[in-house]
Amino acid sequence: MLQDKKKLVEMKNITKTFGKVQANNDVFLTLYGGEVHSLLGENGAGKSTLMNILSGIYQPDSGFVFVEGLKVDIATPKVAIGLGIGMVHQHFKLVDVLTAKENIIAGQKGMPFINGGKISEEIRYLSERYGLEINPDKKIYDMSVAEKQRVEILKVLYSGAKILILDEPTAVLTPQETKKLFEIINRMKKSGCAVVIITHKLNEVLEISDKITILRKGEYIETVENKNLDSRELTDKMVGKSMNLSINRPETDDKKLLLRVSGLTVKDIEQVKVLKDITFDLSSGEVLGVAGVAGSGQKELCEAIAGLQKIHSGKIKFNKSNLVGKSPREIIKMGISMSFVPEDRLGMGLIASMDIVDNVLLKEYQSQKGFFLSKKESREKALDLVEKLNISTPDINTKVSMLSGGNIQKVLLGREIEIKPQLMITAYPARGLDISSAHLVYDLINEQKKNGVAVLFVGEDLDVLIEMCDRIMVLCNGKLIGTVDGHQATKEDLGYMMAGNPLNKGVDDIS
Amino acid sequence: MIRIAKRSEVSKNRNVLTRIAAIIMALMLSALFIVFLGHDPLKVYLSMIEGSFGSVYRFKETIISTIPLTITSLGILLAFKMKFWNIGAEGQMIMGAFLASYFALNYPDMNRLVLLTLMLVAGAVGGGIWGLIPAYFKSKYGTNEVLFTLMMNYIALKWITYLQYGPWKDKNALGFPKIPNFTSNAVLPKLFGIHVGWLIAIILTALVYVFIHYTKKGYEINVIGESESTGAYAGMNVRKIILQAMFLGGALAGISGMIQASAVSGTLSVEVTGGVGYTAIIVTWLSGLSAPLIVIVSFLFAILIQGGSYIQTAFQIPQSAAQILQGMILLFVLGSEFFVKYQIIYKNIKLKKKEGK
Repeated sequence: MLQDKKKLVEMKNITKTFGKVQANNDVFLTLYGGEVHSLLGENGAGKSTLMNILSGIYQPDSGFVFVEGLKVDIATPKVAIGLGIGMVHQHFKLVDVLTAKENIIAGQKGMPFINGGKISEEIRYLSERYGLEINPDKKIYDMSVAEKQRVEILKVLYSGAKILILDEPTAVLTPQETKKLFEIINRMKKSGCAVVIITHKLNEVLEISDKITILRKGEYIETVENKNLDSRELTDKMVGKSMNLSINRPETDDKKLLLRVSGLTVKDIEQVKVLKDITFDLSSGEVLGVAGVAGSGQKELCEAIAGLQKIHSGKIKFNKSNLVGKSPREIIKMGISMSFVPEDRLGMGLIASMDIVDNVLLKEYQSQKGFFLSKKESREKALDLVEKLNISTPDINTKVSMLSGGNIQKVLLGREIEIKPQLMITAYPARGLDISSAHLVYDLINEQKKNGVAVLFVGEDLDVLIEMCDRIMVLCNGKLIGTVDGHQATKEDLGYMMAGNPLNKGVDDIS
Repeated sequence: MIRIAKRSEVSKNRNVLTRIAAIIMALMLSALFIVFLGHDPLKVYLSMIEGSFGSVYRFKETIISTIPLTITSLGILLAFKMKFWNIGAEGQMIMGAFLASYFALNYPDMNRLVLLTLMLVAGAVGGGIWGLIPAYFKSKYGTNEVLFTLMMNYIALKWITYLQYGPWKDKNALGFPKIPNFTSNAVLPKLFGIHVGWLIAIILTALVYVFIHYTKKGYEINVIGESESTGAYAGMNVRKIILQAMFLGGALAGISGMIQASAVSGTLSVEVTGGVGYTAIIVTWLSGLSAPLIVIVSFLFAILIQGGSYIQTAFQIPQSAAQILQGMILLFVLGSEFFVKYQIIYKNIKLKKKEGK
């Protein structure tokens, strides 16, 4: 068995720096045909950089790449495609208004005229062979995320790729869709392709891969065979230290109804309903999770409560006060203290080009009297935050954009906790953070819960939601599919609901 | 192979050096052009300096050119801070001059101090309203402010043309289409030999600096310029702030127009701005949106303008040659921004050498 595995790619001593950041330092990677190879590492470990080098987007500062034994210089993505290397990016690069077929043949060499029939046949052949079910004539904008991903994969296969790189392929999928993707990957593997998966989800790594290469902070740690591996050990290697990975769910007694949302409907600019008749309650000392595939209305829900969305119909009651039609300013004036940690940290929650003091000031300056600005208090608070949350920064006058992702989130979360909220809305608070920062975020949120704060927690990692939340509500396409008890929830149940199936109506296979 | 990479950090030194290098290169390229015209570039450049500093009179003229550039640029700065691309300072100046002239022409015998104060306020209001209109439409209907403000310039210009040929035409000018001269009451007094506009410019510069850095409103403008959604998130009334800032910006341009009409031309005409509204855009941009730097850059541009008109007479070179020089400098400085932010890496044969070992 081992003999017929062909060495397809060898990357040696790859080093790449961006300014001062060592994205890759002396990294090795060997890919064999018929193998699934996972690149495991935290954010900023250099996984994507390494794969971008292989697919010709970046050039290494030093090091060599061999494809099928020949030393190559992959100067452009075109060269990579010529060598049979194709990458499916995390953010799909498809043209929305075109059909699957048109997207697949875009960029292909050939005649100026399109032989539609022949191409359809080729696409059909490929999709049957790998189980990539798509309708070649469907427009991209009509497709679900999973379908779009299949088009991306087909596009790469159609270009003749034997080496496929999938960047965080499961981030946008439900557990069921993930299972299906893994079947496709297995078929590609059987046909002799080398598949690379970039991910930080351990369970998936252990499920699908033959080999695992671990990177940490740009350094190559090791490559291991996926045999009798302990997920614990892998994490420690990935993080570089021993970690306690459990998340608490502290129990609180004094639960009082704080927020009642009923019949909430929100329309976007094009008058499409993005939230449909949402009703739920949230009590003090409770963490209510919100699960759903990305773009199911989570953003609109958070912003509607925070006073940033125009509400079409429905009610939002905080204690006895109505929040509908109130601007954030008016909500503050009503004496309601609400924290909002938005999904878009640097585009909404913070100002990237300003320092920590000016960012702390953002939620303070309006309570100052008079025409002039006083920074004294914010300066003290900023110093306090840096010390309390252990924010690593040269000083408080450092631009937020110069900080690492984890420290940026600490600034945002710290400021929002500082206003002593009654209600806290957090959207993907741990996204993009390394494991230790993520756990610090969970701890901070739990601390708030213990202080009697009502927390709305929008998350993507189902394991985290299940471990941390008292209740989890699932959104799909702007509709509230159902709410489950966090103690009893399973990933499978949540997955079915995320695809739009209410639990009590039977759990048939949705895919 | 050549590669382009982003610099990790932009040092202040590099920033200044790059820009100075850009200006030197612009001067060198323009020198070629001057040689092409049949003159000695060094002589031309030296006489430009002489033209702006050579005598007390010339120096005063240079200061007088600096004043409107500075004040108008301050107005544009307020808009640019919010990433509101106001190309309409020219029109805002004109409308400021227009409203100020209304009082100058209709109340020629009013007490001088009262009349001038009234004209100053009228100038601010006229320019302010002209700035407010595009801001209103942008915030309400999302219109493009570049096109909108640009078109507003032409409306303002043609409005003055209409007045000049129609209702405000000077009956004593023997049919010549001009608006009557102001009485001496409506002309700004001199201080140290130059009209008080210079003092107004210095005061406004200080005010704008304090406004941007030390007031709540200034902070809001800074935040909204970075991200409107952050502004809304923090509970700011984004629309109101944009409108207020654009009114203030237009008002500054309007004041500058009033000063030009009152102190420089002594009347209203279509030439009242002398293109300052457009030059000020360049000045604002080159100053990196800093109020104190605006004064310095305005002064440098005034040298170019004064020197340009001097070489016209001294060398019989068309003044457009000086404008070409201005254009060159702008182009090079804008181009140099690329070198401030990025570096070019020449990949040599290093790769192969390493392979050998």
